[in-house]
Parts: sequence; C-alpha cells; structure tokens
Amino acid sequence: MSTAGVTRATLMKDLRMEWRSKDAINSMLFFALLVVVIFSFAFNPTAEESRHIAGGLIWVSFLFAAVVALNQTWARELRNQVLDAYRVSPAPPNALFLAKAFGNFLFVVILECLMAPLFVIFYELRSVGPVWQLVVVALLGTWALVVNGTFFAALSIRTRSREIMLPLILFPISIPALLGMVDATTSILTGDASPNFWIKLLAVYDIVFTMICLLLFEAVLNAE
Amino acid sequence: MIATAQSSPPVIVLDNLVKFFGRFAAIRGISASFAPARLYVVLGDNGAGKSTLLRIVAGLMEPSQGSFTLLGAKRIRDVAHRVGYMGHAPLLYDELSGMENLRYFAGLYGIHDDEVGRNAMRMVGLDPELSRRVGQYSQGMRQRLSLARAVLHDPELMLLDEPFSNVDVRSAREMAAVLGRVRDQGKTIFVVTHQAPLMEGVADEFVHMTAGQIVKREECLRHAAVEEADPSRAGARSG
Repeated sequence: MSTAGVTRATLMKDLRMEWRSKDAINSMLFFALLVVVIFSFAFNPTAEESRHIAGGLIWVSFLFAAVVALNQTWARELRNQVLDAYRVSPAPPNALFLAKAFGNFLFVVILECLMAPLFVIFYELRSVGPVWQLVVVALLGTWALVVNGTFFAALSIRTRSREIMLPLILFPISIPALLGMVDATTSILTGDASPNFWIKLLAVYDIVFTMICLLLFEAVLNAE
Repeated sequence: MIATAQSSPPVIVLDNLVKFFGRFAAIRGISASFAPARLYVVLGDNGAGKSTLLRIVAGLMEPSQGSFTLLGAKRIRDVAHRVGYMGHAPLLYDELSGMENLRYFAGLYGIHDDEVGRNAMRMVGLDPELSRRVGQYSQGMRQRLSLARAVLHDPELMLLDEPFSNVDVRSAREMAAVLGRVRDQGKTIFVVTHQAPLMEGVADEFVHMTAGQIVKREECLRHAAVEEADPSRAGARSG
C-alpha cells in the first residue's frame, strides 16, 4: 500500500461522503455568506475603503468557515469508531492525514470560488495589483489554514469539547499565516506595496508546518 | 490434532501484561501463550478486562507494563496485514454502501479486486449487490458486514470483540458457524463474548477472565470429540 494510493482512496471516499451529506460545504457556505452580507450592510464601504478592509474580511470569513469543515473532518471517523479500523490496518498514517488535508483544502477552495464573486459584488472590489497574485495568496493561505487545522482537529478529537478546542489551538498558531494572508491580499488589492515578502512568508510557513504535521501525525493518531 | 497446533509456535505470547486507566488496573499481570489454528472464546463479567486485552493485542492501546509478541513480532505494524480486528462498534461508514465500505478497507490492505469484497459479503450471508447505505442496515446486518470487513484480507489471526451483540439468535448461530469454518481453514480466532452457549459447538478453548486476570483456561471437550470422530476436519485444520 503506497502512501499515494491510500491517500487517493481515502480522499475519494471522503469526497463521496461529502457529496452525499454536504455537511461541510453547506455549513461553510452559510457561515461565509452571513459574514459577507452582515459586514456589507454594517460598513457600507466605498470601493476605495473596501480595498483596505477586504483583506481582513475575506480571511476572517474563510477562517471561521474553514473551522466548521475542519470539525467535520474527524467527526466522520469517530462515528462507529471507524478510525480504529484504519489504525489496525497496515496503511501509512500520513496517508490519512494528507487525504484529510487535501479534502479540506478542496472544500475551502470551492468555498472561495463561490464567495469571490459575492465579495466583488457586495464590496465593489477591483484589484489594483495583478489578480494572479491573489490566486497565489489564496492557495498558499488556504493550505496554511487547512494543514494546521486538520492536524489540530485530529489532536482534539479525544477531548470532550473538541469544537471549542480547535479554534483555541488553531487561531494562535495561525497568526503569522493570517498576517501574511491579510497583508498580502490588501497589498494586491490596493497596489500600495509589494506582496512578495508576505507570499514568501506564507510559502515558508506552509512548508515548515506541513513537515511538522507529517512528522507528528502518527503519534497523534495513536495517542490514547 | 490439538497437540499439533500446540506444538507450533504460539500466535500470541503475553508476558506480565498490565494496563492502568488512571489508578485502576484493568489488566493485572497476564502471562499466557496461545497456539495457532484454534478458536478461543474469552469470557468474563463486564469490566473483567476482555475488551482491553483485545485492544492491546490489536495495537489500539499500549500496555502500561509488560510486553507481548504477535505472530512472532514485537512491533504490531509489522504484522498488521496478518491480523483482523472487529470492534465492539461496527467500524463502518454509515454513509457508504456495504461494498463501498469493503472496497475502501480492502484498499488499505493493498487489495484492489472487488471480487474479494463480494466473497467476504457472501461468506457472512449478505448480498454484495445491496446498494443500501450501512446507516440503513439492521444491527444484525451491520455485525455481519463488520465481520466481513475483519476477514476481508484473509488474516491469520482474528480478534473479535462482541461479534454477537444485538444480533438475533439465528444470525448469531450463523455467524458462529462462519467462524468455525474460518478456524477450520487454519486461522486463529479470539472471540470476546457474553454468549458462551453460542460458541459451545465450535470453540476449542474457553478463556475465563476475572478482575483483569485469566483465571481459568478450559479445553472444549465436545469439539475435540467431534474432531476425533472426523479426521478430514482435523486434516483441514493442521494445514
């Protein structure tokens, strides 16, 4: 059993289950939509003001919406104690982690694709900087959120109030990445500064935390 | 025949195994060895440590003290593909059909042939074409599918925790007969159950546990008598 093979099989299984239940996507969409609409009516910003605040708004809504999906990730494995079936198998532990992280990444990217036009409409957003850089920031930032989120969601599955535990652990450790996402997005939207430093920071953050999560996941999976 | 099985290297050797939950000792210094190609039925009251012992042997828990070898290996991951585990819970995804579940779990063992899953379902008396999701299965069907999942990769050693819980008597007897047939193919099976009478016709040995210790091991004479009367069956087991 190769890591790639088990990762693909687990990812396809998770996608099939999500397609049937739509638990994660529906709750994420509802939450993100709520944030967009409420802030739009509360601030009623001009196009120029929007460019300055949108970076924060976008990532706050994606971060909170992602937490909803992240909590769902392991809930499926806890029902009927299915995780035990994986643990007794010879399948590599990291394949499970990667499949969950890729699944969450996909869910959040889908959410971002659906929400982007709404942000443009509600906040009259027009990017001064190159749009392709926004795509790079979105991909790097999303991976930063889901890789740590998937890991810490796994860490908190055996705690009593895991829905509360996840944001408590995830948000502080995501601060450097969040700063990078918000500042890079704002820099691109306003065209005031180069986002290169923040993009590099996000790339390094992604590499470092992906490695750490892969190194530690087996211990987390088998923790009692 | 039993003498042949017992002269083979043991499948499980427990050496002074202890498991604490906080200050409570669930397993209290168990040392024992178990011969291959036999069906062991582990009996005991609630809290006797049966499930804990099974979970330790399956690699789902670390012992607090002591050690054990499984199929000659100290590291369970090295022999994970030779062990099948059926938990107290079904260990199945409610949102998937029976075959989708088995296809996924077979993939974890490097098996990509759907026929293996179909055969496992047929063996436990389920229809592989059943498209209904497991969440809509009856408790008995879940238990059968859970057994199919545990034996899917043709393991040498099966650890089954309460396989007959919430199963009607007829289905439970059918499942016990399936276990007997699997044992006859040379597999070693551990069944933790409260329903000893169901296993009386098929078990080789009853292992009695009380307060975290094995207090009695009892050969099932009735089965030995059946074997002596039927040499072809004994031959099947020694293979």
